[in-house]
Amino acid sequence: MRSVVEMTGVVKRFGAVTALDGLDFEVAAGEVHGFLGPNGSGKSTTLRLLLGLLRSDAGSIRVLGLDPWRDVASLHRRLAYVPGDVALWPNLTGGEVIELLGRLQGGQDRARRDRLLELFELDPTKKARTYSKGNRQKVALVAALATDAELFLLDEPTSGLDPLMEDAFRGCVRELRAQGRTVVLSSHILSEAEALSDRVSIIRSGRVVETGPLEQLRHLTRTSVTADVAAVPPGLDLLPGVHDVVITNHRVNAQVDPAGLTLLMQALTTAGLKSLTSHPPTLEDLFLRHYGEIPAGVPAAAVGSSPGRATGPAPGGRRAGDA
Amino acid sequence: MPETLAGTGVLIRLGLRRDRWLLPLWIVGFALIAYSTALAGTELYPDVASRVEAATALNATASMVALFGRIYDPTSIGALSLIKYTAFMTAILAVLMVILAIRHTRSDEESGRLELLGGGRLGRDAPLASALTISLGANVVLGLLSAAALAAGGLPAAGSLAFGLGWAATGMAFSAVAGLAAQLTASARAATGLSIGVIAVTYALRAVGDLAEPGPSVLSWLSPIGWNQQIRAFAGDRWWVLVLPVSLCLVLVPAAFALRARRDLGAGLRAERPGPAVGSLSGVWDLAVRLQYRVLLAWAVAFLVFGVVIGSLVSNVAELLSSPNAQDLIRMLGGRQALTDAFLAAEISIMGLLAAAYGVSSAGHLRSEEAAGHTEALLGTATTRIRWASSHFAFALAGVALLLLLAGVSIGVGAAVGVNDAALVGSSTVAAVAQIPAAWVVTSAVLAVFGWAPRLAGAVWGLLLVFVALGEFGVLWNAPDWVMDLSPFRHSPMLPVGSGSVPELAGLTVAAAVLAVLGYAGWRRRDLAA
Repeated sequence: MRSVVEMTGVVKRFGAVTALDGLDFEVAAGEVHGFLGPNGSGKSTTLRLLLGLLRSDAGSIRVLGLDPWRDVASLHRRLAYVPGDVALWPNLTGGEVIELLGRLQGGQDRARRDRLLELFELDPTKKARTYSKGNRQKVALVAALATDAELFLLDEPTSGLDPLMEDAFRGCVRELRAQGRTVVLSSHILSEAEALSDRVSIIRSGRVVETGPLEQLRHLTRTSVTADVAAVPPGLDLLPGVHDVVITNHRVNAQVDPAGLTLLMQALTTAGLKSLTSHPPTLEDLFLRHYGEIPAGVPAAAVGSSPGRATGPAPGGRRAGDA
Repeated sequence: MPETLAGTGVLIRLGLRRDRWLLPLWIVGFALIAYSTALAGTELYPDVASRVEAATALNATASMVALFGRIYDPTSIGALSLIKYTAFMTAILAVLMVILAIRHTRSDEESGRLELLGGGRLGRDAPLASALTISLGANVVLGLLSAAALAAGGLPAAGSLAFGLGWAATGMAFSAVAGLAAQLTASARAATGLSIGVIAVTYALRAVGDLAEPGPSVLSWLSPIGWNQQIRAFAGDRWWVLVLPVSLCLVLVPAAFALRARRDLGAGLRAERPGPAVGSLSGVWDLAVRLQYRVLLAWAVAFLVFGVVIGSLVSNVAELLSSPNAQDLIRMLGGRQALTDAFLAAEISIMGLLAAAYGVSSAGHLRSEEAAGHTEALLGTATTRIRWASSHFAFALAGVALLLLLAGVSIGVGAAVGVNDAALVGSSTVAAVAQIPAAWVVTSAVLAVFGWAPRLAGAVWGLLLVFVALGEFGVLWNAPDWVMDLSPFRHSPMLPVGSGSVPELAGLTVAAAVLAVLGYAGWRRRDLAA
C-alpha cells in the first residue's frame, strides 16, 4: 500500500524540551488513521510538522511524496487541515472565513459547503466573536471538509461538538473514506478514533509506541468481565488467558484474553451465573496499558487474588493490585 | 466589599504579576527622562537672560506653541526645560495608560481569559476595578517619582511636585477614558482606537486654543492635556487646576461601572449584527485589507486634518516673530521664505515619525495574527509564508506612503492658502514623500524582528522611541555621532530647506529592503510560534 505520510526518526525540540523523540509514523493511502495520545504527548507538534508549520531537528518527513517544509504550496493544495485550537478573526462572519480558507485552499465545492453548513447547523452570518467553541470548530470543519483534498489532517476535530454533531462528523469521515481519501484524526477521545479508524498509532512522550489495525491492537488488551455468581469457583486466576481477577463477595471481575473467554465462561456458568456484564476491549484499555501504572506482561496470578478475598473496589483493584 | 467587586484583590495581584516588567520600565523611563531634562536645562540656560531669550523665541513661534504649548514664565528654568513634556510627553503617557487599561479589561474579555476567571469567585466589576486600581496607582507612582526626579535634577521642589502631580492626574483621566471606552466597544482594538482618538482630539484642541492671542482660549480649557499645561508648573504652580482631571476621573469611573452593569460579558453596548453568509475575501491580501483598512482610514483622516492645520500656521510664522532677536534669526536664516521652509521641514519631519509609528503598528499585525493563532489556519492552506507575510507588510508600506503623501499635500494646501503661494503644495509634497524611505526602514525593522525573534516584535516601538529621542534630545545629551546616525530619520533630507539628496534616499530604501529580506529569511526558517 502506498504511504501518504512517512515520518522516520523525527526529532523536534523546543529549547530544552524534546517534544518528539525519534518519532516513526506512517499513514497509508485511503485509510482513516487514528492518532492517539494524551495531552502534551506531541500530537499537535506532529501534525504541524506534517504541514511545515514547524521544522524538524532530525529525521525525514514525506507527505504525499513531498517535503512539507519546502513544497508548502503544492503540498497544501492537496491537503486540508483543521487546527486543534481554532482561532477566528472576531469581526469576520463564519461564512467569510469559510470562503476565505476555501479560496486559499484552491477552491471549495459550493454545494458540498452548503450541505455541510446544514448538516452542522451552523449559521454563517454570525460574527466569529459570537461563536461558541463548538461553532468555531464547525467553521474550521466545514472549510476543510468542503475542499477536494486528498489528505485531511484533523487535530482533535470534535472538541466542543455535541454528540449529535459528533455523529454528523463521523458520517463525513466515512464518506471521505468511501471516496478513497486519507484522513489523519488526532484525538484523545478514544471512542471517536475507535469508531472511525482503520488503523491507529499511539503516541506517548514524543514516540509512537503502538501502531496497527485495531483488530491487531486488540490482542494487546482484554475483555473486561463482571459476573455475579452463586458461589465463586476456586482457581479462576489460574485459567489460561484470565488476568487481574478481583473477587468481592459473590462478584467476579476479570480481564480476559480472547483465548481465555471460553474457559472463563464455562467456569462461571457452572458456578451458577446470576448476572454478567462484559465490555469489549476499548482504546481506554490500550491507553491504560501505555499510560497507566501497569507494567506490561505482569501475570494476573502475581496479583494474588484468591476466592473469597476482597481486594479493593472493582475498577481500581486492577491497578492497585498490580502496583 | 460588595459582591460585584469580589476578587478584585486577586486580579490586582495577577495584573501586577503580568506587568512586572512593563510598569516599572515605563515609570522609571519617565522619571529618568524628567531627571535628565532637568539636569540638561540648568546646563543649557545658566542665567536668566538666556532663559528669557529662549522662552520668548519659543512663545513667538506658532508651530512650537501649537506642538508644545506656551511658556508662562520666561524666567523660569523649569517651565523652559519641560516645555516639551507638559503636552507632548503627557500625550505619550496617556497613550501608554490607555494601552494598560485596555489590556486588563477589554483584551482579557475578548480573549476569553476573563470568562475563565469569571467562573471563580469573581464579581462583575472586579476586572474593571482592578484595571483602574493598577492604572491609577501606576499614575500616582509615576507622578511622584518624576517629581522627585525633577527636584533631584535641581529644579524647585514645589514646581516639581506640581509637574509630577500634573502627569499623574492627566494620566489618571485618560486611564478613566480607556476604562469607559472598554465598556463601549466589543473589541480591544476598537477601544484602544477610540481612546487614542480622544487623546488626539484633546491634543488638537489645546494646540488651537494655545495659539489664540494673548493667551489660551477656552479650547485649551476643554482639553485634559490643556489642563495639564494650565497647571503652569514652575510658572505659578496653579494647584487648583489639578481638580479638573481628578473630577473628570470621578465622573468617568462611575460611568464606566454603570455601563458595565448594563451589558453582558464579552458584549459591547451594541448587539452584533449578522454579516454576509458568503464572504468576498479571496485571499490573504483581501484579508489584510479587511483587517487593516479601518485603522488606516482613521490615520488618514487624522493626517489630513493635522496637515491642513499645521500647514495653515505657516502664515503666522513670520508675523509672530516680531522680537528683535527673532528678526535677527529670520535674517540669519535667509529671510521669510527660508523661515517658511524651515517651519515646513520641521513639521514634515514630525509627520515622518508619525507615519513610521503607523508602519510599526500596521506591520505589527504579523505578530498579533500569528500569536492569535490565525496564521496557523491560513498556512494550513496553499498559502505560502512569504505571501501571507507580504500581505500585512505590503499594506504597512503602502499605508506609510499614503499617509506621508496625504500629509505633504494637506500641509501644502494649508500653507498655500495661508500665504497665497501655490508652489508650496508641490514642495511640501516632495518633502513629505522624501520621508517615506526612513519610515519604511522602521516598518521593515518590524518584519526583521518578526522573522527572527517574534516575541520581541513589540520592541520596535522602543526602537522608534529611541529614534525620536535621539532626534529631539540627541544634541542635548551630547550623543556621539555614530549613535545619532543609527536613526534613519537623521538621513532623511529636511526638504524643502536643503536640496534633494538622492543617494541618501536610495541608501534608506536599500536599508529597508535589506531588513525586509532578512525578515523574510528568518520567517521562512523558523517555527510558527504561539
